[in-house]
Amino acid sequence: MILNLQKIEKLINSELSSKIKNSLIENAELLIEIDERDLIDVVQFLKSNEGCRFKQLIDIAGVDYPENEKRFELVYLFLSHEHNLRIKVLIKFQISQPINSLTKIFPSANWMEREVFDMYGVKFKNHPDLRRILTDYGFKGHPLRKDFPLTGFNEVRYSEKEKKVIYEPVKLEQNYRNFDFESPWEGTNYIKEIKNSEKDGKKN
Amino acid sequence: MVKKTKSLSLNFGPQHPAAHGVLRLILELNGEIVEKADPHIGLLHRGTEKLIEQKTYTQALPYFDRLDYVAPMNQEHAFALAAEKLLNVEVPIRAKYIRVIFCEIGRILSHILNVTTQALDVGALTPSLWGFEERETLMTFYERASGSRLHANYFRTGGVHKDIPMKLVEDIEKFCKSFPKIIDDLEGLLTDNRIFKQRNVEIGIVSKQDALDHSFSGVMLRGSGVPWDLRRSQPYEIYKDLDFKIPVGKNGDCYDRYLCRIEEMRESVKIILQCIERLPKGPVISIDNKISPPNRDDIKQSMEALIHHFKLFTEGYRVPKGDVYTAVEAPKGEFGVYLISDGSNKPYRCKIRAPGFSHLQAMDYLIRGHMLADVPAVLGSLDIVFGEVDR
Repeated sequence: MILNLQKIEKLINSELSSKIKNSLIENAELLIEIDERDLIDVVQFLKSNEGCRFKQLIDIAGVDYPENEKRFELVYLFLSHEHNLRIKVLIKFQISQPINSLTKIFPSANWMEREVFDMYGVKFKNHPDLRRILTDYGFKGHPLRKDFPLTGFNEVRYSEKEKKVIYEPVKLEQNYRNFDFESPWEGTNYIKEIKNSEKDGKKN
Repeated sequence: MVKKTKSLSLNFGPQHPAAHGVLRLILELNGEIVEKADPHIGLLHRGTEKLIEQKTYTQALPYFDRLDYVAPMNQEHAFALAAEKLLNVEVPIRAKYIRVIFCEIGRILSHILNVTTQALDVGALTPSLWGFEERETLMTFYERASGSRLHANYFRTGGVHKDIPMKLVEDIEKFCKSFPKIIDDLEGLLTDNRIFKQRNVEIGIVSKQDALDHSFSGVMLRGSGVPWDLRRSQPYEIYKDLDFKIPVGKNGDCYDRYLCRIEEMRESVKIILQCIERLPKGPVISIDNKISPPNRDDIKQSMEALIHHFKLFTEGYRVPKGDVYTAVEAPKGEFGVYLISDGSNKPYRCKIRAPGFSHLQAMDYLIRGHMLADVPAVLGSLDIVFGEVDR
Protein backbone atom coordinates (compact mmCIF):
# COMPACT_ATOMS: atom_id res chain seq x y z
CA MET A 1 0.00 0.00 0.00
CA ILE A 2 2.69 2.47 1.08
CA LEU A 3 4.89 1.33 -1.82
CA ASN A 4 2.11 2.05 -4.28
CA LEU A 5 1.58 5.45 -2.72
CA GLN A 6 5.26 6.27 -3.14
CA LYS A 7 5.06 5.16 -6.76
CA ILE A 8 2.08 7.43 -7.40
CA GLU A 9 3.78 10.27 -5.57
CA LYS A 10 6.81 9.90 -7.81
CA LEU A 11 4.67 9.71 -10.93
CA ILE A 12 2.67 12.81 -10.04
CA ASN A 13 5.78 14.74 -9.10
CA SER A 14 7.53 13.90 -12.35
CA GLU A 15 4.52 14.53 -14.62
CA LEU A 16 3.21 17.64 -12.93
CA SER A 17 6.41 18.90 -11.35
CA SER A 18 5.66 22.58 -11.89
CA LYS A 19 2.17 22.36 -10.43
CA ILE A 20 2.86 20.45 -7.24
CA LYS A 21 3.81 22.73 -4.38
CA ASN A 22 4.28 20.02 -1.85
CA SER A 23 3.59 16.32 -1.43
CA LEU A 24 3.85 14.10 1.59
CA ILE A 25 2.82 10.68 2.85
CA GLU A 26 1.58 10.73 6.41
CA ASN A 27 -0.44 8.10 8.29
CA ALA A 28 -0.23 6.02 5.12
CA GLU A 29 -2.12 8.68 3.17
CA LEU A 30 -0.85 10.76 0.29
CA LEU A 31 -1.50 14.50 0.29
CA ILE A 32 -0.52 16.88 -2.48
CA GLU A 33 -0.72 20.63 -2.25
CA ILE A 34 -1.35 22.61 -5.42
CA ASP A 35 -2.16 26.14 -6.47
CA GLU A 36 -5.89 26.76 -6.78
CA ARG A 37 -5.41 27.90 -10.40
CA ASP A 38 -4.10 24.48 -11.39
CA LEU A 39 -6.97 22.59 -9.81
CA ILE A 40 -8.77 21.65 -13.02
CA ASP A 41 -5.58 20.49 -14.77
CA VAL A 42 -4.39 18.42 -11.86
CA VAL A 43 -7.76 16.78 -11.28
CA GLN A 44 -8.11 16.06 -14.97
CA PHE A 45 -4.68 14.42 -14.89
CA LEU A 46 -5.49 12.39 -11.77
CA LYS A 47 -8.68 11.14 -13.36
CA SER A 48 -7.34 10.18 -16.76
CA ASN A 49 -3.70 9.16 -16.24
CA GLU A 50 -3.04 5.45 -16.63
CA GLY A 51 -1.14 5.21 -13.36
CA CYS A 52 -3.66 7.20 -11.32
CA ARG A 53 -7.25 6.61 -12.44
CA PHE A 54 -8.78 8.48 -9.52
CA LYS A 55 -12.24 8.11 -10.97
CA GLN A 56 -14.29 8.89 -7.92
CA LEU A 57 -14.53 12.11 -5.99
CA ILE A 58 -15.28 11.00 -2.45
CA ASP A 59 -15.72 14.32 -0.72
CA ILE A 60 -14.69 17.96 -0.49
CA ALA A 61 -13.81 19.19 2.97
CA GLY A 62 -13.43 22.87 3.76
CA VAL A 63 -11.23 23.97 6.62
CA ASP A 64 -10.99 27.40 8.20
CA TYR A 65 -7.80 28.78 9.75
CA PRO A 66 -8.70 32.35 10.76
CA GLU A 67 -5.12 33.19 11.77
CA ASN A 68 -3.61 32.29 8.38
CA GLU A 69 -3.16 34.78 5.60
CA LYS A 70 -4.70 32.30 3.19
CA ARG A 71 -7.55 31.58 5.50
CA PHE A 72 -9.38 28.73 3.81
CA GLU A 73 -8.34 25.31 2.70
CA LEU A 74 -10.17 22.79 0.59
CA VAL A 75 -9.27 19.14 0.71
CA TYR A 76 -10.47 17.03 -2.19
CA LEU A 77 -10.58 13.30 -1.48
CA PHE A 78 -10.30 10.98 -4.45
CA LEU A 79 -10.48 7.22 -4.75
CA SER A 80 -9.09 4.99 -7.45
CA HIS A 81 -10.88 1.67 -7.69
CA GLU A 82 -8.44 0.28 -10.22
CA HIS A 83 -5.34 0.84 -8.11
CA ASN A 84 -7.15 0.69 -4.77
CA LEU A 85 -5.63 3.98 -3.64
CA ARG A 86 -6.76 7.24 -2.16
CA ILE A 87 -5.31 10.70 -2.59
CA LYS A 88 -5.94 14.05 -0.93
CA VAL A 89 -5.54 17.26 -2.89
CA LEU A 90 -5.12 20.43 -0.86
CA ILE A 91 -5.56 24.03 -1.96
CA LYS A 92 -5.13 27.15 0.18
CA PHE A 93 -6.71 30.47 -0.74
CA GLN A 94 -8.18 33.74 0.45
CA ILE A 95 -11.92 34.07 0.68
CA SER A 96 -12.18 36.64 -2.12
CA GLN A 97 -10.73 34.07 -4.50
CA PRO A 98 -13.28 32.11 -6.53
CA ILE A 99 -12.38 28.46 -7.04
CA ASN A 100 -12.96 26.54 -10.26
CA SER A 101 -15.87 24.18 -10.03
CA LEU A 102 -15.28 20.48 -10.69
CA THR A 103 -18.84 19.79 -11.81
CA LYS A 104 -17.73 19.31 -15.42
CA ILE A 105 -15.33 16.53 -14.48
CA PHE A 106 -17.28 15.00 -11.60
CA PRO A 107 -21.06 15.56 -11.57
CA SER A 108 -21.09 14.62 -7.91
CA ALA A 109 -19.07 17.75 -7.08
CA ASN A 110 -22.27 19.74 -7.47
CA TRP A 111 -23.73 19.25 -4.00
CA MET A 112 -20.35 18.98 -2.34
CA GLU A 113 -19.43 22.43 -3.61
CA ARG A 114 -22.82 23.74 -2.63
CA GLU A 115 -22.17 22.46 0.86
CA VAL A 116 -18.78 24.17 1.02
CA PHE A 117 -20.38 27.37 -0.24
CA ASP A 118 -23.09 27.08 2.38
CA MET A 119 -20.76 26.31 5.26
CA TYR A 120 -17.78 28.53 4.40
CA GLY A 121 -18.95 31.02 1.79
CA VAL A 122 -16.44 29.86 -0.78
CA LYS A 123 -17.45 30.94 -4.29
CA PHE A 124 -17.15 28.51 -7.18
CA LYS A 125 -16.66 29.60 -10.78
CA ASN A 126 -18.84 27.95 -13.45
CA HIS A 127 -21.01 26.16 -10.93
CA PRO A 128 -24.43 25.50 -12.49
CA ASP A 129 -26.51 26.03 -9.38
CA LEU A 130 -24.71 27.58 -6.41
CA ARG A 131 -27.44 27.76 -3.78
CA ARG A 132 -27.38 27.02 -0.08
CA ILE A 133 -28.06 23.38 0.63
CA LEU A 134 -28.11 22.36 4.28
CA THR A 135 -29.11 25.52 6.11
CA ASP A 136 -32.55 27.06 6.30
CA TYR A 137 -34.16 29.12 3.53
CA GLY A 138 -33.00 32.71 3.99
CA PHE A 139 -30.18 31.77 6.37
CA LYS A 140 -27.42 34.34 6.84
CA GLY A 141 -23.76 33.62 7.58
CA HIS A 142 -21.57 30.58 7.10
CA PRO A 143 -21.83 28.28 10.10
CA LEU A 144 -18.63 26.26 9.89
CA ARG A 145 -16.38 29.30 9.94
CA LYS A 146 -14.54 29.46 13.21
CA ASP A 147 -15.90 32.93 14.01
CA PHE A 148 -19.53 31.80 13.71
CA PRO A 149 -20.95 31.25 17.22
CA LEU A 150 -22.02 27.72 18.10
CA THR A 151 -25.46 28.88 19.18
CA GLY A 152 -26.09 30.82 15.98
CA PHE A 153 -28.03 34.07 15.74
CA ASN A 154 -31.68 33.18 15.25
CA GLU A 155 -33.97 30.66 16.84
CA VAL A 156 -37.26 29.37 15.55
CA ARG A 157 -40.43 28.72 17.50
CA TYR A 158 -44.13 28.47 16.97
CA SER A 159 -45.90 31.56 18.19
CA GLU A 160 -49.33 30.88 19.65
CA LYS A 161 -50.18 34.54 19.29
CA GLU A 162 -49.37 34.92 15.63
CA LYS A 163 -50.36 31.34 14.79
CA LYS A 164 -47.21 30.76 12.78
CA VAL A 165 -43.55 29.85 13.08
CA ILE A 166 -41.45 32.90 13.88
CA TYR A 167 -37.74 33.71 13.93
CA GLU A 168 -36.24 35.67 16.81
CA PRO A 169 -32.73 36.38 18.11
CA VAL A 170 -31.25 33.65 20.28
CA LYS A 171 -31.86 34.18 24.00
CA LEU A 172 -29.69 32.05 26.23
CA GLU A 173 -30.48 31.47 29.89
CA GLN A 174 -26.80 30.88 30.40
CA ASN A 175 -23.92 31.66 28.08
CA TYR A 176 -22.25 28.79 26.35
CA ARG A 177 -19.22 27.81 28.41
CA ASN A 178 -16.11 26.50 26.80
CA PHE A 179 -13.79 25.05 29.38
CA ASP A 180 -10.10 25.25 28.73
CA PHE A 181 -8.26 22.40 30.36
CA GLU A 182 -4.63 23.39 30.46
CA SER A 183 -3.00 20.06 30.91
CA PRO A 184 -0.79 19.24 33.87
CA TRP A 185 -0.52 15.84 32.15
CA GLU A 186 3.19 15.99 31.34
CA GLY A 187 4.06 18.40 34.14
CA THR A 188 2.81 21.97 34.12
CA ASN A 189 4.43 24.62 32.02
CA TYR A 190 5.35 26.96 34.83
CA ILE A 191 7.56 24.35 36.50
CA LYS A 192 9.39 23.79 33.22
CA GLU A 193 9.76 27.54 32.81
CA ILE A 194 11.24 27.93 36.30
CA LYS A 195 13.69 25.13 35.63
CA ASN A 196 14.68 26.64 32.30
CA SER A 197 15.20 30.08 33.78
CA GLU A 198 17.35 28.53 36.54
CA LYS A 199 19.48 26.85 33.88
CA ASP A 200 19.77 30.09 31.94
CA GLY A 201 20.66 31.91 35.13
CA LYS A 202 23.51 29.50 35.84
CA LYS A 203 24.91 30.00 32.37
CA ASN A 204 24.92 33.72 32.79
CA MET B 1 -58.07 21.48 -31.69
CA VAL B 2 -54.56 21.33 -30.32
CA LYS B 3 -54.41 21.02 -26.59
CA LYS B 4 -51.53 22.91 -25.05
CA THR B 5 -49.90 21.22 -22.07
CA LYS B 6 -47.89 23.01 -19.47
CA SER B 7 -45.47 21.32 -17.14
CA LEU B 8 -46.70 21.02 -13.60
CA SER B 9 -44.62 21.62 -10.48
CA LEU B 10 -45.36 19.22 -7.70
CA ASN B 11 -44.14 19.58 -4.15
CA PHE B 12 -43.37 16.14 -2.72
CA GLY B 13 -42.80 16.21 1.03
CA PRO B 14 -41.33 17.33 3.42
CA GLN B 15 -44.01 15.37 5.26
CA HIS B 16 -44.61 12.37 3.07
CA PRO B 17 -44.49 8.78 4.24
CA ALA B 18 -42.59 7.66 1.13
CA ALA B 19 -39.97 10.39 1.51
CA HIS B 20 -38.29 8.32 4.26
CA GLY B 21 -37.88 11.32 6.49
CA VAL B 22 -37.90 15.00 5.75
CA LEU B 23 -37.15 15.30 2.06
CA ARG B 24 -38.71 18.06 0.06
CA LEU B 25 -38.68 17.15 -3.58
CA ILE B 26 -39.78 19.64 -6.22
CA LEU B 27 -40.86 17.68 -9.25
CA GLU B 28 -41.55 19.07 -12.65
CA LEU B 29 -44.09 16.89 -14.39
CA ASN B 30 -45.23 16.62 -17.93
CA GLY B 31 -48.39 14.62 -17.52
CA GLU B 32 -47.18 11.75 -15.41
CA ILE B 33 -43.59 11.87 -16.63
CA VAL B 34 -41.03 13.45 -14.34
CA GLU B 35 -38.92 15.99 -16.22
CA LYS B 36 -36.85 17.33 -13.37
CA ALA B 37 -36.39 16.63 -9.71
CA ASP B 38 -34.87 19.12 -7.31
CA PRO B 39 -34.35 17.70 -3.84
CA HIS B 40 -34.29 20.24 -1.03
CA ILE B 41 -32.43 18.80 1.91
CA GLY B 42 -31.22 20.15 5.21
CA LEU B 43 -34.52 20.01 7.07
CA LEU B 44 -32.85 17.74 9.61
CA HIS B 45 -29.56 19.66 9.70
CA ARG B 46 -28.28 19.76 13.26
CA GLY B 47 -24.79 21.07 12.71
CA THR B 48 -23.08 17.87 13.81
CA GLU B 49 -19.71 18.90 12.40
CA LYS B 50 -19.80 22.25 14.18
CA LEU B 51 -20.80 20.60 17.46
CA ILE B 52 -18.02 18.02 17.22
CA GLU B 53 -15.47 20.83 17.01
CA GLN B 54 -16.55 21.95 20.48
CA LYS B 55 -16.42 18.52 22.11
CA THR B 56 -13.66 16.23 23.25
CA TYR B 57 -13.10 13.04 21.32
CA THR B 58 -15.08 10.95 23.81
CA GLN B 59 -17.96 13.39 23.77
CA ALA B 60 -17.98 13.57 19.97
CA LEU B 61 -18.68 9.88 19.52
CA PRO B 62 -22.41 9.84 20.42
CA TYR B 63 -23.12 12.28 17.60
CA PHE B 64 -22.33 9.49 15.17
CA ASP B 65 -25.22 7.40 16.46
CA ARG B 66 -27.51 10.17 15.39
CA LEU B 67 -26.36 10.25 11.78
CA ASP B 68 -27.60 7.07 10.20
CA TYR B 69 -29.83 6.09 13.08
CA VAL B 70 -30.79 2.70 11.70
CA ALA B 71 -27.22 1.39 11.91
CA PRO B 72 -25.61 3.49 14.64
CA MET B 73 -22.52 1.46 15.46
CA ASN B 74 -21.21 1.44 11.89
CA GLN B 75 -20.91 5.22 12.08
CA GLU B 76 -19.19 5.15 15.46
CA HIS B 77 -16.76 2.71 13.96
CA ALA B 78 -15.51 5.18 11.35
CA PHE B 79 -14.82 7.84 13.96
CA ALA B 80 -13.18 5.41 16.36
CA LEU B 81 -10.91 4.17 13.57
CA ALA B 82 -9.95 7.74 12.64
CA ALA B 83 -8.98 8.66 16.20
CA GLU B 84 -7.11 5.37 16.60
CA LYS B 85 -5.16 5.99 13.42
CA LEU B 86 -4.02 9.39 14.64
CA LEU B 87 -3.24 8.14 18.13
CA ASN B 88 -1.70 4.93 16.84
CA VAL B 89 -3.50 2.78 19.41
CA GLU B 90 -3.60 -0.97 19.30
CA VAL B 91 -7.11 -2.40 19.59
CA PRO B 92 -7.34 -5.72 21.49
CA ILE B 93 -8.35 -8.65 19.34
CA ARG B 94 -11.53 -9.40 21.28
CA ALA B 95 -12.70 -5.83 20.79
CA LYS B 96 -12.16 -6.20 17.04
CA TYR B 97 -14.39 -9.26 16.97
CA ILE B 98 -17.08 -7.58 19.04
CA ARG B 99 -16.98 -4.56 16.77
CA VAL B 100 -17.40 -6.68 13.69
CA ILE B 101 -20.29 -8.61 15.24
CA PHE B 102 -22.13 -5.39 16.03
CA CYS B 103 -21.34 -3.75 12.72
CA GLU B 104 -22.83 -6.71 10.92
CA ILE B 105 -25.87 -6.58 13.20
CA GLY B 106 -26.11 -2.94 12.15
CA ARG B 107 -25.97 -3.96 8.52
CA ILE B 108 -28.82 -6.42 8.99
CA LEU B 109 -30.81 -3.78 10.90
CA SER B 110 -30.40 -1.30 8.09
CA HIS B 111 -31.07 -3.73 5.27
CA ILE B 112 -34.22 -5.12 6.91
CA LEU B 113 -35.53 -1.59 7.27
CA ASN B 114 -34.68 -0.71 3.71
CA VAL B 115 -35.94 -3.84 2.01
CA THR B 116 -39.23 -3.86 3.89
CA THR B 117 -39.95 -0.16 3.54
CA GLN B 118 -39.11 -0.32 -0.13
CA ALA B 119 -41.74 -3.03 -0.35
CA LEU B 120 -44.08 -0.82 1.64
CA ASP B 121 -43.53 2.03 -0.81
CA VAL B 122 -44.63 -0.12 -3.69
CA GLY B 123 -47.62 -1.53 -1.88
CA ALA B 124 -46.65 -4.57 0.19
CA LEU B 125 -47.43 -4.28 3.88
CA THR B 126 -46.59 -7.71 5.26
CA PRO B 127 -42.78 -7.69 4.83
CA SER B 128 -42.43 -4.70 7.13
CA LEU B 129 -44.49 -6.38 9.82
CA TRP B 130 -42.33 -9.49 9.65
CA GLY B 131 -39.06 -7.65 9.29
CA PHE B 132 -39.59 -5.24 12.14
CA GLU B 133 -40.05 -8.09 14.57
CA GLU B 134 -36.50 -9.19 13.75
CA ARG B 135 -35.23 -5.65 14.06
CA GLU B 136 -36.70 -5.57 17.54
CA THR B 137 -34.69 -8.67 18.48
CA LEU B 138 -31.54 -7.14 17.06
CA MET B 139 -32.09 -3.92 18.92
CA THR B 140 -32.36 -5.83 22.19
CA PHE B 141 -28.88 -7.15 21.39
CA TYR B 142 -27.76 -3.56 21.05
CA GLU B 143 -29.43 -2.79 24.35
CA ARG B 144 -27.84 -5.71 26.16
CA ALA B 145 -24.38 -4.67 25.01
CA SER B 146 -24.62 -0.91 25.32
CA GLY B 147 -27.71 -0.15 27.40
CA SER B 148 -29.54 1.53 24.57
CA ARG B 149 -31.58 0.31 21.64
CA LEU B 150 -30.65 3.03 19.20
CA HIS B 151 -28.10 5.55 20.37
CA ALA B 152 -25.60 3.01 21.51
CA ASN B 153 -22.44 5.03 22.20
CA TYR B 154 -20.68 1.71 22.56
CA PHE B 155 -17.43 1.98 20.60
CA ARG B 156 -14.51 3.81 22.12
CA THR B 157 -11.15 4.87 20.84
CA GLY B 158 -9.12 1.75 21.49
CA GLY B 159 -11.94 -0.79 21.75
CA VAL B 160 -15.49 -0.99 23.01
CA HIS B 161 -17.01 0.28 26.23
CA LYS B 162 -17.85 -2.98 28.02
CA ASP B 163 -17.41 -6.67 27.42
CA ILE B 164 -20.46 -8.63 26.31
CA PRO B 165 -21.84 -11.46 28.49
CA MET B 166 -21.64 -15.07 27.31
CA LYS B 167 -25.43 -15.37 27.32
CA LEU B 168 -25.68 -12.54 24.79
CA VAL B 169 -23.21 -14.29 22.49
CA GLU B 170 -25.33 -17.46 22.71
CA ASP B 171 -28.50 -15.52 21.93
CA ILE B 172 -26.91 -13.83 18.93
CA GLU B 173 -25.86 -17.24 17.70
CA LYS B 174 -29.40 -18.56 18.15
CA PHE B 175 -30.72 -15.61 16.19
CA CYS B 176 -28.23 -16.23 13.39
CA LYS B 177 -29.41 -19.81 13.12
CA SER B 178 -33.06 -18.81 12.83
CA PHE B 179 -32.75 -15.62 10.80
CA PRO B 180 -31.98 -17.15 7.36
CA LYS B 181 -35.46 -18.68 7.52
CA ILE B 182 -36.93 -15.19 7.93
CA ILE B 183 -34.96 -13.96 4.91
CA ASP B 184 -36.42 -16.89 2.96
CA ASP B 185 -39.89 -15.86 4.07
CA LEU B 186 -39.28 -12.26 3.02
CA GLU B 187 -37.95 -13.44 -0.30
CA GLY B 188 -41.00 -15.66 -0.70
CA LEU B 189 -43.14 -12.59 -0.37
CA LEU B 190 -41.14 -10.34 -2.66
CA THR B 191 -38.55 -11.84 -4.98
CA ASP B 192 -40.93 -13.45 -7.44
CA ASN B 193 -43.88 -11.29 -6.60
CA ARG B 194 -45.42 -10.00 -9.82
CA ILE B 195 -46.34 -6.57 -8.51
CA PHE B 196 -43.00 -6.07 -6.77
CA LYS B 197 -41.14 -6.96 -9.94
CA GLN B 198 -43.32 -4.74 -12.11
CA ARG B 199 -42.55 -1.83 -9.84
CA ASN B 200 -38.80 -2.43 -9.54
CA VAL B 201 -37.33 -4.24 -12.53
CA GLU B 202 -35.70 -1.82 -14.98
CA ILE B 203 -36.57 1.16 -12.83
CA GLY B 204 -33.84 3.61 -11.91
CA ILE B 205 -31.10 1.98 -13.97
CA VAL B 206 -27.56 3.16 -13.22
CA SER B 207 -24.72 2.28 -15.55
CA LYS B 208 -21.26 1.42 -14.23
CA GLN B 209 -19.76 4.66 -15.47
CA ASP B 210 -22.51 6.84 -14.05
CA ALA B 211 -22.31 5.08 -10.71
CA LEU B 212 -18.64 6.02 -10.51
CA ASP B 213 -19.17 9.58 -11.73
CA HIS B 214 -21.90 10.21 -9.19
CA SER B 215 -19.70 8.98 -6.32
CA PHE B 216 -21.94 6.04 -5.57
CA SER B 217 -20.74 3.49 -3.06
CA GLY B 218 -22.02 0.41 -1.31
CA VAL B 219 -25.02 -1.37 -2.75
CA MET B 220 -25.66 1.43 -5.23
CA LEU B 221 -22.28 0.71 -6.82
CA ARG B 222 -22.40 -3.06 -6.49
CA GLY B 223 -25.91 -3.18 -7.91
CA SER B 224 -24.44 -1.73 -11.11
CA GLY B 225 -21.85 -4.47 -11.36
CA VAL B 226 -18.78 -2.91 -9.75
CA PRO B 227 -17.32 -5.44 -7.32
CA TRP B 228 -16.19 -2.95 -4.68
CA ASP B 229 -16.55 -3.45 -0.97
CA LEU B 230 -14.25 -1.75 1.51
CA ARG B 231 -14.39 -4.77 3.79
CA ARG B 232 -12.66 -6.69 1.04
CA SER B 233 -10.61 -4.13 -0.85
CA GLN B 234 -9.30 -2.03 2.03
CA PRO B 235 -9.90 -4.38 4.94
CA TYR B 236 -10.05 -2.98 8.44
CA GLU B 237 -10.37 -4.83 11.76
CA ILE B 238 -10.44 -8.59 11.09
CA TYR B 239 -12.35 -8.66 7.84
CA LYS B 240 -9.45 -10.08 5.89
CA ASP B 241 -9.55 -13.30 7.97
CA LEU B 242 -13.24 -13.83 7.44
CA ASP B 243 -14.87 -15.78 4.69
CA PHE B 244 -17.70 -13.94 2.99
CA LYS B 245 -18.92 -13.14 -0.50
CA ILE B 246 -19.66 -9.79 -2.11
CA PRO B 247 -22.95 -9.93 -3.99
CA VAL B 248 -22.81 -7.93 -7.21
CA GLY B 249 -25.76 -6.95 -9.40
CA LYS B 250 -25.98 -7.02 -13.16
CA ASN B 251 -28.50 -4.49 -14.40
CA GLY B 252 -28.17 -1.70 -11.87
CA ASP B 253 -31.91 -1.31 -11.41
CA CYS B 254 -33.95 -1.13 -8.21
CA TYR B 255 -34.60 -4.86 -8.29
CA ASP B 256 -30.91 -5.76 -8.44
CA ARG B 257 -30.20 -3.50 -5.53
CA TYR B 258 -32.94 -5.24 -3.57
CA LEU B 259 -31.39 -8.63 -4.39
CA CYS B 260 -27.94 -7.39 -3.32
CA ARG B 261 -29.29 -6.31 0.04
CA ILE B 262 -31.00 -9.65 0.61
CA GLU B 263 -27.78 -11.51 -0.19
CA GLU B 264 -25.74 -9.17 1.99
CA MET B 265 -27.94 -10.02 4.94
CA ARG B 266 -27.15 -13.69 4.43
CA GLU B 267 -23.44 -12.91 4.23
CA SER B 268 -23.65 -10.82 7.40
CA VAL B 269 -25.18 -13.75 9.23
CA LYS B 270 -22.28 -15.90 8.09
CA ILE B 271 -19.78 -13.30 9.28
CA ILE B 272 -21.40 -13.07 12.70
CA LEU B 273 -21.37 -16.86 13.07
CA GLN B 274 -17.69 -17.01 12.16
CA CYS B 275 -16.88 -14.27 14.67
CA ILE B 276 -18.81 -16.02 17.42
CA GLU B 277 -17.04 -19.27 16.71
CA ARG B 278 -13.61 -17.66 16.94
CA LEU B 279 -14.38 -15.03 19.60
CA PRO B 280 -11.19 -14.89 21.67
CA LYS B 281 -10.92 -14.00 25.34
CA GLY B 282 -9.12 -10.96 26.67
CA PRO B 283 -9.52 -7.24 27.25
CA VAL B 284 -12.01 -5.28 25.15
CA ILE B 285 -10.38 -1.89 25.33
CA SER B 286 -6.82 -0.69 25.04
CA ILE B 287 -4.98 -1.01 28.34
CA ASP B 288 -3.29 2.34 27.82
CA ASN B 289 -4.84 4.41 30.61
CA LYS B 290 -3.96 7.65 28.87
CA ILE B 291 -6.75 6.84 26.44
CA SER B 292 -9.13 4.38 28.03
CA PRO B 293 -10.47 4.79 31.56
CA PRO B 294 -9.19 2.47 34.31
CA ASN B 295 -11.62 -0.02 35.78
CA ARG B 296 -13.70 0.72 38.85
CA ASP B 297 -11.78 -1.50 41.26
CA ASP B 298 -8.50 0.17 40.46
CA ILE B 299 -9.94 3.61 41.06
CA LYS B 300 -10.74 2.61 44.65
CA GLN B 301 -7.21 1.37 45.24
CA SER B 302 -4.80 3.32 43.11
CA MET B 303 -4.15 7.04 43.16
CA GLU B 304 -2.79 6.94 39.63
CA ALA B 305 -5.93 5.28 38.32
CA LEU B 306 -8.02 7.93 40.05
CA ILE B 307 -6.03 10.69 38.40
CA HIS B 308 -6.32 9.02 35.01
CA HIS B 309 -10.05 8.70 35.46
CA PHE B 310 -10.41 12.34 36.45
CA LYS B 311 -8.30 13.62 33.61
CA LEU B 312 -10.02 11.48 31.00
CA PHE B 313 -13.48 12.69 31.96
CA THR B 314 -12.60 16.35 32.27
CA GLU B 315 -9.91 17.13 29.76
CA GLY B 316 -10.08 13.97 27.68
CA TYR B 317 -7.07 12.77 25.77
CA ARG B 318 -4.95 14.77 23.38
CA VAL B 319 -4.58 13.59 19.82
CA PRO B 320 -1.37 14.26 17.90
CA LYS B 321 -1.43 16.84 15.14
CA GLY B 322 -2.33 15.58 11.70
CA ASP B 323 -5.15 14.73 9.37
CA VAL B 324 -6.56 11.38 8.49
CA TYR B 325 -9.35 9.93 6.38
CA THR B 326 -10.87 6.61 7.37
CA ALA B 327 -13.80 4.95 5.71
CA VAL B 328 -15.88 1.95 6.60
CA GLU B 329 -18.35 -0.02 4.56
CA ALA B 330 -21.54 1.11 6.26
CA PRO B 331 -24.79 -0.57 5.15
CA LYS B 332 -25.52 2.37 2.86
CA GLY B 333 -22.08 2.70 1.33
CA GLU B 334 -18.76 4.28 2.11
CA PHE B 335 -19.07 6.21 5.34
CA GLY B 336 -15.96 8.26 5.93
CA VAL B 337 -14.55 10.60 8.52
CA TYR B 338 -11.94 13.17 7.59
CA LEU B 339 -10.45 14.23 10.88
CA ILE B 340 -8.03 17.10 11.43
CA SER B 341 -6.41 17.38 14.82
CA ASP B 342 -4.42 20.39 15.99
CA GLY B 343 -2.92 18.49 18.90
CA SER B 344 -5.55 19.52 21.42
CA ASN B 345 -8.26 17.48 23.11
CA LYS B 346 -10.90 18.49 20.56
CA PRO B 347 -11.03 17.78 16.83
CA TYR B 348 -10.14 20.87 14.81
CA ARG B 349 -12.33 19.72 11.96
CA CYS B 350 -14.35 16.61 11.42
CA LYS B 351 -15.82 16.22 7.95
CA ILE B 352 -18.35 13.46 7.69
CA ARG B 353 -18.74 11.76 4.36
CA ALA B 354 -22.23 10.32 4.23
CA PRO B 355 -23.02 7.90 1.41
CA GLY B 356 -26.65 9.00 1.24
CA PHE B 357 -25.61 12.56 0.33
CA SER B 358 -24.12 11.47 -3.00
CA HIS B 359 -26.92 9.02 -3.67
CA LEU B 360 -29.67 11.56 -3.16
CA GLN B 361 -27.79 14.03 -5.30
CA ALA B 362 -28.26 11.67 -8.25
CA MET B 363 -32.04 11.69 -7.77
CA ASP B 364 -32.52 14.05 -10.68
CA TYR B 365 -30.43 11.85 -12.96
CA LEU B 366 -32.19 8.67 -11.80
CA ILE B 367 -35.77 9.81 -12.04
CA ARG B 368 -35.74 11.83 -15.24
CA GLY B 369 -38.14 10.27 -17.74
CA HIS B 370 -39.75 7.96 -15.20
CA MET B 371 -43.35 8.08 -14.05
CA LEU B 372 -44.41 9.86 -10.90
CA ALA B 373 -45.23 6.53 -9.27
CA ASP B 374 -41.61 5.45 -9.69
CA VAL B 375 -40.37 8.22 -7.43
CA PRO B 376 -41.04 6.30 -4.19
CA ALA B 377 -39.63 3.10 -5.69
CA VAL B 378 -36.36 4.78 -6.69
CA LEU B 379 -36.17 6.72 -3.45
CA GLY B 380 -36.70 3.50 -1.54
CA SER B 381 -33.92 1.71 -3.35
CA LEU B 382 -31.48 4.58 -2.74
CA ASP B 383 -31.66 3.75 0.95
CA ILE B 384 -31.82 7.30 2.24
CA VAL B 385 -31.76 8.18 5.91
CA PHE B 386 -31.94 11.87 6.59
CA GLY B 387 -29.89 11.76 9.74
CA GLU B 388 -26.78 11.22 7.65
CA VAL B 389 -27.74 13.21 4.56
CA ASP B 390 -28.40 16.40 6.51
CA ARG B 391 -25.93 15.83 9.36
